[in-house]
Amino acid sequence: MIISDFLLYALLAGLGVAVAAGPLGCFVVWRRMAYFGDTLAHSALLGIALGIMLDININVTLIILPLIVAIILVNLEQRTSLSLDSLLGIISHSALAAGLILIALLPDVRIDLMSLLFGDLLAVTKQDLWIIYCVSAVAVGLLLALWKPLISMTVDQELATIEGHNVKLLRTALMLITAMVIAIAMKIVGILLITALLIIPAATASKLSETPEQMAVLASSIATLSVALGLAMTWYLDTPAGPSVVISASCLFGISQVVGRRTS
Amino acid sequence: MAEQLLSLSNICKHYGHKQVLDDISLSLIRGKITTLIGPNGAGKSTLAKIVLGLVSPDSGSRRCMKNLKIGYMPQKIKIDETLPLSTLRFVELTDRSSKKCLQALQTVGIASSAATPIRGLSGGELQRALLARAILQDPDLLVLDEPVQGVDINGQNQLYTMINDLAGQLNCAVLMISHDLHLVMSTTDHVICLNKHICCHGAPEQVTQDPAFINIFGQATTVYTHHHDHNHSLKGAAIEHSQKSASQ
Repeated sequence: MIISDFLLYALLAGLGVAVAAGPLGCFVVWRRMAYFGDTLAHSALLGIALGIMLDININVTLIILPLIVAIILVNLEQRTSLSLDSLLGIISHSALAAGLILIALLPDVRIDLMSLLFGDLLAVTKQDLWIIYCVSAVAVGLLLALWKPLISMTVDQELATIEGHNVKLLRTALMLITAMVIAIAMKIVGILLITALLIIPAATASKLSETPEQMAVLASSIATLSVALGLAMTWYLDTPAGPSVVISASCLFGISQVVGRRTS
Repeated sequence: MAEQLLSLSNICKHYGHKQVLDDISLSLIRGKITTLIGPNGAGKSTLAKIVLGLVSPDSGSRRCMKNLKIGYMPQKIKIDETLPLSTLRFVELTDRSSKKCLQALQTVGIASSAATPIRGLSGGELQRALLARAILQDPDLLVLDEPVQGVDINGQNQLYTMINDLAGQLNCAVLMISHDLHLVMSTTDHVICLNKHICCHGAPEQVTQDPAFINIFGQATTVYTHHHDHNHSLKGAAIEHSQKSASQ
């Protein structure tokens, strides 16, 4: 009974994240924000470390720190001569390094670093499920509400501005949604593999879709399937859950490339 | 009656230490087509973006009519290949009804491509799709940044004629950026020759005789060296045309 419980929780958690990861992942792919997602994910580790150090709920700090980093990034981008790429590289890895150092320095705290870095899907609790579903619902709700303007901004920012959309606000909203989804996806695949869960299903769906909506729904379905396949792999082969989910997604991507080529 | 829709006065703009625009003043009037010409890096696109309100100037002021509706056709548009979007959906981003959007596609002559993915359009078709999106704004002012870029020579003439007709139908002001003056000569009312500052401006015939213009672009005959279709300019027809324009 206990065995089926944790498997069920794991599956439900994966599903909750996959629903939001699909459409958000599409924006990450369309807007070429992969590196940006990595940076936010890495800074989430720093958020956890700071949360423990300052005795603040880590579920809060783990969302807030990526947001602060995102805001710093936007401001720095306009001021330095460095390319966004290099800037992201610097911030991303500095945040990861700082997080790792802080966690190592924390006294009397036993943190399972591996589960933070690579996820611990099988340790999901009922409380985690609640958090995942609430955050996922808000993220999906925001994406749905802002869908048309977000697509317009993705196609062309200047045209979107002239047609009356508040691009600055939309960009901030997208950052907020990304930070939220990263926070819950961490449970599933861990900090180092989060962007994979966003990008791979979306990239898989791209060739098989004709509208943005189709692609978003398909990406969610592929992410869900990846979670299920990954869990099955963990169950039968005793592999780590997070990496298994990601490798399942990669296999689906490979298949879609072959199938997509044959049909087109 | 000349209705002034938008005016810029004494606009200056720097990017870093580099001055891009120096003391630019202009006004756009309903029903008039203004063409902005100048060499690469002259600040044409920056000036257009200041007109559009996308870029704010370092100094100077921009005044425009209340609730001015602007249609903008950018120089190029980069849509990621992974985004599946039909041409109809592209123009529907304007939030107008499907019926109106289809009509707009019809107006610009690409209704048959409505279901085609936007990245499957040819250069000329993409320009027309952008034009359709601009006119769906019911604009008072149309801003066109190099509207015939990537379009073959026959398509260029067609597109200019279409823009001219549309401007008349919409009764709007047009600000157009162009490389080659001779193609737009017949349809433009006012030419501004820009090279960071306004070198000269006026009616097209007048501007081509201006020493400042000749200094930048050479004599009217050598305007042809800016032309994309070099084969064509080597042939008799083109030479004949240039003699005609030189004698004006």
